[in-house]
Formats: sequence, C-alpha cells, structure tokens
Amino acid sequence: MKQENNSRRDFLLNGLLAAGVAVGVGCSSKKNVFESGADETVIASGKKVKLLSVDGEIIEVDEAFLKPVPALPPVSNKEARLGIAGKKFVMVIDLSRCKNLRKCQEACNHMHSLSPGQNWIKVDSMDDDSAHTAPYWQPTTCMHCDEPPCVKVCPVDATFKRQDGIVLIDSDRCIGCRFCMAACPYSTRVFNWGTPQIPAEVAVQPYSCETSVPQKKGTVGKCDFCPDMARRGELPHCVSACPNGTFFYGDLNEDSVSNGSETFRFSDLIKDKSGYRLMEDLGTKPSVYYLPPVNRNFPYESGLENDKSEKK
Amino acid sequence: MENLNSEEKIIQDLLPQGFNKSGRIWTGILIALCLVGMFAYYRQLRYGLIVTSMRDYVSWGIYISNFVFFVAISLVGSLITAVFRLSKVEWSTPLTRIAEMIAVAAIIFASVIIIVDMGSPERFYNLFIHGRVQSPIIWDVIVITTYFFISILLLYFPLLPDIKILIGHKETKDHRFKYLFKFYNFLGSFWKGTPEQFKLSERAINILCITIIPVAFSIHTVTSWLFATTYRPGWDSTNFGAYFISGAFLVGGGAVLVAMYVFRKAYHLEKYITEDHFEKMGKMVVLLALLYLYFNINEYLVPAFKMKKSEEAHLTGLFTGEFAPLFWFAILVGMILPIIILLFKKGRKPLPVFIAGIMVVVGAWFKRYLIVTPTLLHPFLPMTNVPESYRHYFPSWEEWAIAIGSLAGALLVITILARIFPIIPIHETLTEQHETAE
Repeated sequence: MKQENNSRRDFLLNGLLAAGVAVGVGCSSKKNVFESGADETVIASGKKVKLLSVDGEIIEVDEAFLKPVPALPPVSNKEARLGIAGKKFVMVIDLSRCKNLRKCQEACNHMHSLSPGQNWIKVDSMDDDSAHTAPYWQPTTCMHCDEPPCVKVCPVDATFKRQDGIVLIDSDRCIGCRFCMAACPYSTRVFNWGTPQIPAEVAVQPYSCETSVPQKKGTVGKCDFCPDMARRGELPHCVSACPNGTFFYGDLNEDSVSNGSETFRFSDLIKDKSGYRLMEDLGTKPSVYYLPPVNRNFPYESGLENDKSEKK
Repeated sequence: MENLNSEEKIIQDLLPQGFNKSGRIWTGILIALCLVGMFAYYRQLRYGLIVTSMRDYVSWGIYISNFVFFVAISLVGSLITAVFRLSKVEWSTPLTRIAEMIAVAAIIFASVIIIVDMGSPERFYNLFIHGRVQSPIIWDVIVITTYFFISILLLYFPLLPDIKILIGHKETKDHRFKYLFKFYNFLGSFWKGTPEQFKLSERAINILCITIIPVAFSIHTVTSWLFATTYRPGWDSTNFGAYFISGAFLVGGGAVLVAMYVFRKAYHLEKYITEDHFEKMGKMVVLLALLYLYFNINEYLVPAFKMKKSEEAHLTGLFTGEFAPLFWFAILVGMILPIIILLFKKGRKPLPVFIAGIMVVVGAWFKRYLIVTPTLLHPFLPMTNVPESYRHYFPSWEEWAIAIGSLAGALLVITILARIFPIIPIHETLTEQHETAE
C-alpha cells in the first residue's frame, strides 16, 4: 500500500514538474493539491519551479507550495459497485502496433499481485494454418461487455456491471461455482485454484473490488479495467506499460482515448481505422474495440520469440 | 385361514432382512469408498481446487458430470412412481419403492457433489442472502430442493402402512435392534390405518404424484440450461432440455433394471419381482433408449451437417478425435447394444436385462462426461499464455476418489434404506392380493 502511495506521488510530481501532457489527470486530484495548500500558512522558500497549468500555460510556483497529496482513501466495496458517475470507459487496441512483447501482461500481473501462471491479459496468436490469412497478435483483456454473459449467470451477484461500464468481481462474495467462466465466450476469467502465491503483506489487505487485490483462494479473477487508476485520472497499467502504444483507454462520453502519448477522438479513430469488436454476433456488446492489423509497425514474426512456451 | 397364512407369508417374505455375509462385505466396501472420498475432500478443502485437474479452460470436470448424472438418475422416481401410478400401471407396484429410494439417494448426492465443486463452499449461504433469481443456478437450487422434499414425502407416505406392519412384527424379526423400532415408532406410530387416514394419504400421494412431474422436468431442464444458456459449441443448443430429460429417463430406467435384479437375488424376491417385470421394464427401457437416441441424432447430426467453424473442432474431437473411443462407447454401449439386447424376448430374461441395465448406466455416466468436458477444451479464442497442463484434462486421484465416493455414498443410502424399510411395499402387495382374490 505504501509503495503505491509513493508511486502515485511520484506520478503527480513528475507529471506536473515535467510539464508533460499527463493526459486525463482528473480535476478532483488537482483540487486536492490546492486545497491542502490553502489551509495552512506556508512561507515561500524563494525557489521557483515551472509547471504547466490546466490551460496549457507555463507558470512558476514557489516550491514550498508543492505538497504531496494525501492518498485518496480507497472506495468502499459498496461504492465500488456503483461506479464513477458520468463515465463510460472504453478501450481501443491497435493490432497494427502489437508485437507480443507482453509488457502489458507483466505490468498487469505485477500491479494486481497475480500468482505465477495467471494472466488477465493474454496475447493470442491469431494464426489459422488452414486459411490464407495473415497472422497477427491480439491482446485480450476482459471485454467489459454491456450485455455481460458472466453477470447474467452469477448466482450471488459477486460479479456486477457498474454505471461506468466496468464489470468487476467481489472476491469476498464469490462462491467459486465458475458458471461465469463457462459463460464468458472470451475465456477471460481465471480462477484461483489454490491459495494465491502473493506476498504476505498483500494477502492480508482487505479485498478491494476496484483494485481486485488481493486475489483469494476459490474465487474468480479477471481484468478490472483499473478503476482505481481511473479514479485518480491515470491510465490502466497495461496501457502505460506498452512501449508501442497499442492500448488506448478513455471515456466514451468525452469521446477521447489515449495511450499516454497520443490522444484521439474515439469516434474518429474507430471510423478512420474501421474499429470492430470481438464476436459482435453474440450480442455481448464489448467495451473493447480493435483496430485491424493493417500497415503494421512490426511483422508478425517479430513476436514469435516471445511466444516460447506455447504453440498449438 | 389359508388366506391369513398366505398373508403372513407375504409379510415374512417382505420384511427387511439383516445383512448376511455378502451384505456386510458390500456395505463395508461402500463405507470404505466413502471414507476415501471424504479424505480426498478434506485435502481439497485444505489446499483448494488445485488438487483437481480442473484449470481455467476445463473449469468444470467430473464433479459436474457426476452432478448431471445424479440429477438424471433421480428422475426415475417420478417416472416409475408418479407416471405409472397416475396412469394406473399396476404391475409397477413392486418397483415403486426401489425407484423412490434411488431417487432420494441420487438427489442427496447431487446436492453433495455440487457443493464439492464449489471453490468456496464455506460461502454456500451467499446463495440465500445474495441469491439472484436471474441466475439458472438459483433456479437449480430451488427446484432441486423442491424435488428433494417431494421425493422424501413420496417415499414416506406409502411407507406409513408398512411401518405399522413393521411395528406389529416386532417380536418375530430383528429383536436385536431395539433402536430400529424406536425409529419406526418415531416415523409412524401416529398411523392407525383408519379409513380417514388412508383417504388422506391417498389424496396426498396423488397430489405429490401430480406435482412431482413438472418439478422433475424442471430439475433436469434447468440443469441442462446451466450449459445451454452459454455460447459454447456443444452446449449452445435449443435441444438441450428435451435431450437431458430423455437421457435422464433412460439412465433411471437402467438403474431400476439393475436394482430389480440385485434386490431380487439378494432378498429372494422371485415371487414378487417376476420375470414379467423384467419383460415389461425391458420394453420400457427400449422405448426410452430409442427416445434418447433420437435426441442424440438431433444433437450431433444437425451441427455436424453445417460444421460451423466454432463447432468443428468440438465435433471432430468427438467423432474421430481424442474423445472418439468414449463417444462411441457411450452411444453403442449406452444405447444401441441395450436396445438390441432388449428387443429380443430372450434378452428380456433377468440376467440379460441386468447386463443391459449396467450398460445403460455406465454408458450414461460417460455420456455426461462427454457433455461437460470436451466443450470446454474448445474455447472461441486460442488457448494461449497458460501452462501446458491447462490444455488437457484428466481427473486427479482426488477427483476420482470423490466421484467414486459419491457414487458409493448413493449406493450406501439405497442399501441402508433397503435394510430398514421393505423394498417392496407390503401393504400395497396385500391389497392387490385381496383384489385379485375377489
């Protein structure tokens, strides 16, 4: 938990100091910065730092006014069921940029403290030997369907759909019947067959639906679209981990998606690049869109070396 | 006077008998198998479902196929007891209690095995405090519980006059077991056999017989929906409800064939379970097997004709691939051979009927496995980024031990019920005797 606070603080400071584009830093967290500064009398140190204002102007602020932001308290699991009002999260995965580096997977596994062998993001090799088709790499996350088959079948409301479109799991409620795993056509769900092999200090934390940490024995886990990051205005771990900018994440209501360095109007991106969703015919209405693997940045073969263990 | 004697003879023939040597060995083996299963379950509770061979792709294995098998076999209670009673098939009287005992034992172990399959069984109560009626699992919980209670009552009500007879014969039999008579008294001492009581009981049984038929259809239809409500190849079928029901009646019929033979032999009931019963039940099973075969043809031929991409790997796996030996075993041994045997008059003698019954039941068990597992090995997206062991499934010893333990447990329940209660309804046999005499 401590570690997380630090990384968050680093992010905010770096983001502000580097005058970077820190896309999507939510207003709420910025308000906190100024509010906490306004409460007390601070003596100016005389050292100035340059910052990028919300309007895009470079401003100078006295260093003494910069304060680490206290961590936002994690939302209760009751709040986590409601979701973030006014948001509708979507992801766009550009298949022309993926070369099976699996940095997304690494970051996701690490940040969610998954047991070895578990992957919430999988990079499928889409090759069909029999057909004259071009193979490509397809990262798959949870599709956060608008008609989620998993949520429909859950007998105890342990997996649920929120107003911001995210499908989450309450591991404190899941009975481990695995009906959701059978129902999911994208095979995105993973089960904790044994006691999760995670650090003891993580394992003792209370479970949070939004971070999906810690995973528990006998319950189901899956990609959660990182709503805890979204609450702080940050991108999911997979998005920021990908060096090729394959993943774009954003809010459908704002009609914008970003991979951290590029930001697009979502509707334009989908229109210009013929975005599509997986298994549209099933009527699950996924929140994850794919851009076809045309004009690729890398040949398919460049990803093969990473595909050590498995080949059909 | 002679009539009285013959009546007494019938009662003596049908009173529950203590275990002889082979009975004790049989019970001992069943208890041992149950204990091994319980030990395996203890390991599963301790280490989690990791002790099984189920993994993310094959997330349902032989526990679920065993569950489907138990639910299927439990339907026989409603068939023999309710359907035959309502349609006034009189020859079925000696078989009703056997069928009801099988039904009760099977439905108990269906519930047990579904809890065994849960990853977090300690949260079972969540089904009641957080239950969502939209989920087919909740429907299953509701109908299975209902079916369980109706089956228990359908076993209990017709037992009442027999319990009175049992209490009346305290002196002659089983004087060693005082607690057994206390148990009989507890169950049935209020039954005096007055005409009012008979009238009430008759009415209650009729109501139960009528209600159990839709409930029985529901339990197996809903169980089939656990599969049919998903998108997966092999499960995504509108045929599934009827397919499961017809299969259930077949395996139930097969189980009755086996039980008839075994009880007849073990308790020397040749006079009560006659060759005519084998003849009639044999014909019955032919009908049920043909029906199930018909639904199987629908279930496999139609998708195989189209060979949709998503179905192709699944179907070829069954027809000619890794599951082909099991698949053809289930079709041939579970349906076609029993039909051939039972079509001949000579095939409807007790021994061949018994063999056909065994074939039906064993074939049916593997059939359930083939319904559950192969589908899960053919997901829509490729199986990637998982350990090699996730791509195959062969049950671990713990799974076998628990599955076999549960089957042994069901047999043990039947054995115990047959030990303490008359296998053949005494009172009804006597009444029928009177009616035919007059």
